[in-house]
Amino acid sequence: MNSGVPGAALLEVRDLCVSLGGAALIRGVSFAVNAGEVLGLVGASGSGKSLTALSLLRLLPAGASATGQILLRGEDLAAQSPARLRAVRGREIGMVFQEPMSALNPLMTIGEQVAETVQVHRAAAPAEARRLARAALDRVWLRGDAGDPDRYPHELSGGQRQRVAIAIAVVLSPALLIADEPTTALDAHTREQVLAVLFDLVRSAGMGLLLITHDMSLIARTDRVAVLHRGRIVEQAATAELPDALRHPYARALIQAAQLEPRRTAGAGAAAAGAGAAPVLELRDIVLDYPRRRRSLLQAPPALRAVDGVSLTVRAGETVGLVGESGAGKSSLLRVVLALARPQAGEVRLLGEPFAAHAGNSKRLRRAIQIVFQDPYGSFDPLWSVERLVAEPFALLAAPPEAAERRRRVAAMLELVGLRAADMRRRPREFSGGQRQRIAIARALIIEPRLIVFDEAVSALDVLLRAQILALLAELSARLELAYLFVSHDPAVVRAIADRVYVMQAGRIVEERLQRA
Amino acid sequence: MSLPTRNLSFAIGVVITAVFIGAAALSLVWTPYDPAGIDILSKLRPPSAQHWFGTDQLGRDVLSMIMAGGRNSVGVALLSVVIGLGAGVPLGLAAAARGGGVDEFLMRGNDVLFAFPALLLAILITAVFGPGAINAIIAIGIFNIPVFARVTRGSARVLWTRDYCLAAQVAGKGRLRISAEHILPNLAALLAVQGTIQFSLGIIAEAGLSYVGLGAQPPTPSWGRMLNEAQTLTASAPSLAWFPGLAIVLFVLGVNLLGDAAHGAVHEP
Repeated sequence: MNSGVPGAALLEVRDLCVSLGGAALIRGVSFAVNAGEVLGLVGASGSGKSLTALSLLRLLPAGASATGQILLRGEDLAAQSPARLRAVRGREIGMVFQEPMSALNPLMTIGEQVAETVQVHRAAAPAEARRLARAALDRVWLRGDAGDPDRYPHELSGGQRQRVAIAIAVVLSPALLIADEPTTALDAHTREQVLAVLFDLVRSAGMGLLLITHDMSLIARTDRVAVLHRGRIVEQAATAELPDALRHPYARALIQAAQLEPRRTAGAGAAAAGAGAAPVLELRDIVLDYPRRRRSLLQAPPALRAVDGVSLTVRAGETVGLVGESGAGKSSLLRVVLALARPQAGEVRLLGEPFAAHAGNSKRLRRAIQIVFQDPYGSFDPLWSVERLVAEPFALLAAPPEAAERRRRVAAMLELVGLRAADMRRRPREFSGGQRQRIAIARALIIEPRLIVFDEAVSALDVLLRAQILALLAELSARLELAYLFVSHDPAVVRAIADRVYVMQAGRIVEERLQRA
Repeated sequence: MSLPTRNLSFAIGVVITAVFIGAAALSLVWTPYDPAGIDILSKLRPPSAQHWFGTDQLGRDVLSMIMAGGRNSVGVALLSVVIGLGAGVPLGLAAAARGGGVDEFLMRGNDVLFAFPALLLAILITAVFGPGAINAIIAIGIFNIPVFARVTRGSARVLWTRDYCLAAQVAGKGRLRISAEHILPNLAALLAVQGTIQFSLGIIAEAGLSYVGLGAQPPTPSWGRMLNEAQTLTASAPSLAWFPGLAIVLFVLGVNLLGDAAHGAVHEP
């Protein structure tokens, strides 16, 4: 299974097992990372990816115990003293975590934080540590103002912070770098920058990189991939030979689901994407301003323009994507689409009629549009039962169904999205993230709308679940002539499912393109 | 607060509060003696088997007066919390739901009320309507309104940003209905905690008002007035001041322990 030659590998893990409270979480994992090589460690959430990374540094959670060999250049870390391990961490193995906000100390300048690693490991003079810190910030392309060592983390963007975290990890030129989902919290543009920095370090310095991810756009850039499933590595293969080299059914499913190829099926959506079908939603020159905080009693505060002249159309049965980085104005535009905010200028037409917050027709028109939110945890009132939650949009009907009829329809809807009718008596906290997303879809579908808006609704799910939910949506679209508007910061997700994509930047639509080849 | 500590203080709080409320309730049907029954012959007796807490300068049984006075304290504090909840919570919900000018108006009105000295208003009310338990309830209740309004508004504003409130708006529900169906139930625990805090403050406020003669009038017994009357006798009969004083301190302590434990349970589940 192991393609590395024993002895030549930079890091070789043999038969690693980790158990926590009697439960075996990692069950005999073996793999190797060579110098100058990127190994992708892939798996669904809960498969043990992060735990594997932490056990390499013996940074296990309290109560966990590990067995097996962790050979770094032939030295078994599993048998070393805590003092020796402290010397290895940061000196020979660097680590970059997922969340750049919490990995940095807000009270220390970035220069101090990078220099701290140097001083922990070497008896370096402060001036020497500062010089090394400066050099490390240069290596992660933080130059000029952005790389000023006297700045504090809050003065930097998310991508810049993540690069500071990488600088801390590489300041002592470790032989091996472990990066645990280093770009998940970043938007598309900054992700590219951070990845370029990481891969540059591997290629130029001959560092080994263990990259833990579920993102296929990252997987494609690794040299080899190891697929982790329920604490075991079920398959390893060279990335260039994917997905054909994979024989294990789970590994194949995972990689294929992660690939997110642009959809080619000419379903109802594709047919409608022509000019034929009637528009469900039309936005004309929408402008939305937010008042800024008042600074002076006499002067009106200048407005903040969140949406600046946006027009877009969604036709019946069509799947449209809206992509933009965080802060591009997507959420503000959504509030206008849902008639939760009144635009300063422009018009929203739903099913050809003007749609606004307090207009006489708003209740009737609202029936045509529903939303699924990004966070499957925050989108349900924790005190309500699933039945009550799913039935909530019935409030839009002039005559909501009676209790028995309501229960029957909620049951039918839960079954449609792949849950059980009996689930309606449970509370949202009893469900997993993916199940909650299905409940949210059931809630959106129950009054048979014509358009469902997904606000980042699939980016939080891991790949297998995402594939299942997307398949469900495609089937529903074909059956019910539903239109979807997917709003996301992740172009990969949107490209995979949308017929047409609008790209939003700084409050404006800067690009509209057809997706299908 | 660790869990065992919290459970212990919760248990102590429950026991103390239950004893006082139980004694106050019992006084409705039975007290050892008539709390207003004057018996000059047995005045200023020290605590004994017949009179556990002794008797006062008019020969009234102190234990009976403490029990009946507790009834007065509980009644005033409870009703003033009800006034605060009844007016403050809808105001807070409305301020959070409407935002903008309505919010500004309601909350600045609250600030004015907050800035007004409570005792001054109580004096004003009693000057106009005359002293008495009802007016004490109204005076204390009015000062509970801004407290509940602020707590409600602050937490409701956070809840309004939750996706489930957006979802309810998309489901066509009005702000009033969302406030009633989603916001209020999720605030219930928080308001219960605030209620116990205001209840214990109400006990102190009632004692203070009746101490200066603005609360319940004779012959209705009240702890504050008992303290006042004991003041001139502290040299000859110190127990007359101890018992009502201890009653106030213990009852407030019990309710606070209860409230703290509940507060901990709500905020760090």
